[in-house]
Amino acid sequence: MSISALIDSPSELTDTSSSKTAIVLMTRVRLARNLAGYSFPGWAKPAQREEILDKCREAVAATPQMKRCFDVAIGELSDLEKQILVERHLISRELSGAKTGAGVIVSKDQAFSIMMNEEDHLRIQVLRSGFQLKKAWTAINDLDTALEDHLDYAFSSTLGYLTACPTNLGTGMRASAMMHLPALVISNQMEKVVRAVNQLGMVVRGLFGEGSDASGSIFQISNQTTLGEAEDEIIKRLNSVLQSIIEHELNAREKLLEADAGKLLDKIGRAYGILQNSHVLTSSEAMNLLSLIRLGVDLGAFADGNRCAIDRLFIEAQPGHLQHVQKGEFEPGQRDVLRAARLRSEFANFARPDFSFATEGKN
Amino acid sequence: MANPLKCDLCSKPATVHLTQIVNNKVHKVDLCETCAQAKGVTDPSGFSLADLLLKASLNPEAPSNGVRCERCGFTQNDFKKHGRFGCPVCYDTFRGVVEPMLENMHNGTAHAGKIPHRALERKSLYDRLTKLEVDLTEAIKSERYEDAARTRDEINRVKQAFAAKTAH
Ligand SMILES: [Zn+2]
Ligand SMILES: [Zn+2]
Repeated sequence: MSISALIDSPSELTDTSSSKTAIVLMTRVRLARNLAGYSFPGWAKPAQREEILDKCREAVAATPQMKRCFDVAIGELSDLEKQILVERHLISRELSGAKTGAGVIVSKDQAFSIMMNEEDHLRIQVLRSGFQLKKAWTAINDLDTALEDHLDYAFSSTLGYLTACPTNLGTGMRASAMMHLPALVISNQMEKVVRAVNQLGMVVRGLFGEGSDASGSIFQISNQTTLGEAEDEIIKRLNSVLQSIIEHELNAREKLLEADAGKLLDKIGRAYGILQNSHVLTSSEAMNLLSLIRLGVDLGAFADGNRCAIDRLFIEAQPGHLQHVQKGEFEPGQRDVLRAARLRSEFANFARPDFSFATEGKN
Repeated sequence: MANPLKCDLCSKPATVHLTQIVNNKVHKVDLCETCAQAKGVTDPSGFSLADLLLKASLNPEAPSNGVRCERCGFTQNDFKKHGRFGCPVCYDTFRGVVEPMLENMHNGTAHAGKIPHRALERKSLYDRLTKLEVDLTEAIKSERYEDAARTRDEINRVKQAFAAKTAH
């Protein structure tokens, strides 16, 4: 399978119509694994990195999950192709910067991706759209067990899976959910949420944009620690943290509607107007507008079926995807024009918002 | 604080200040713009405060005892520089460095999760096979033929078990 075929084929993240939930966009679980008897990628000599890469590729190809997948050395990809894979969460920025002896294997539906010679020999991950932590863990656990048939993992009975960085020891597992939390952002409660979640041993970070400024109100919540607990305990703990964030977000939405529905509807209505009519849109402004439309879908202003299109646009409005569609490389200024044009055409036939939900049940 | 804070990684003035509470312990990291960029603090997908804390807690000036991993040649200074180890055996070599770090870093110090049973069984059979082959050579060399025959039978049994555990 070629990279262009991969980019153009339907993916778990952008084309799943099932189980699109209001608040959790995507669930992800990744495992860090290393081969016994080899140096970690950052310390291995170039020839050894190639040997590790070959061993891993062979083992992956033998698993039923990864039949007919996309398998490529990072050095063979163009900058734009790497950027697209990063935007789809299939490779990390760190791997995209690797020069030699690194690779990635992606399943056809783009649900599984295996990074080789990133920080660890193997970083295997599964993506599931919606809130499916347990399913995601089961899927990645099965793939890991299938790989173990072919590979001798570096493992210690006290420290668990041995990883290049001690922060990943033990299970080597990072489970995360990508959450859309616009009401908590609008009502300035995110800082409080971040602090509470940190205290529970979980990490919150903005998904798009710089540092703590999370454009699109999309946050990634994941476990901070990997040693000392079993995988399903970590998953259970994360699950309950996520449930409570969902409750807080829903409460915040109620409160915003109660306190000043007009103000919230105005934001949603304006976002719709701008997306239909603007000619210059930065990535971060586009994210914020799409976020408001998604909130509109959740509240009932737009039809439920639109949620999927919005989630796809979150990804397709990113610089790599925009340039891929235009078949060329463009300066940031030109990209903002292209992005606006793309969104104008997407929203040209998007049904007008119906705000009757806000008046129902009131005098 | 009258003095401007210095970056924990280099010593330029720090402009980025991070606080995170993990397991009820407060961790603080101060970084300059350059290090914040380089460490991916501005790249949310690659940022781990625990990782930064790890490096910040390791003073690169501190003298090391000159221990070197016999498998990969890694030294304690290399760890201070990179915050990563050289190979899996380094965890044995630098046990004394690792163990005190774990308590702050994790929710426990002993693994309680998945165990790669099949890989471990395969490994122990492989180790057994290697030992038996040495025994066999020695038995033949010293003309202990009865021992040699017994060892050869044992080798065949282990080989069969090993083949059953190895996927094709
Ligand atoms: Zn610095
Ligand atoms: Zn080593």
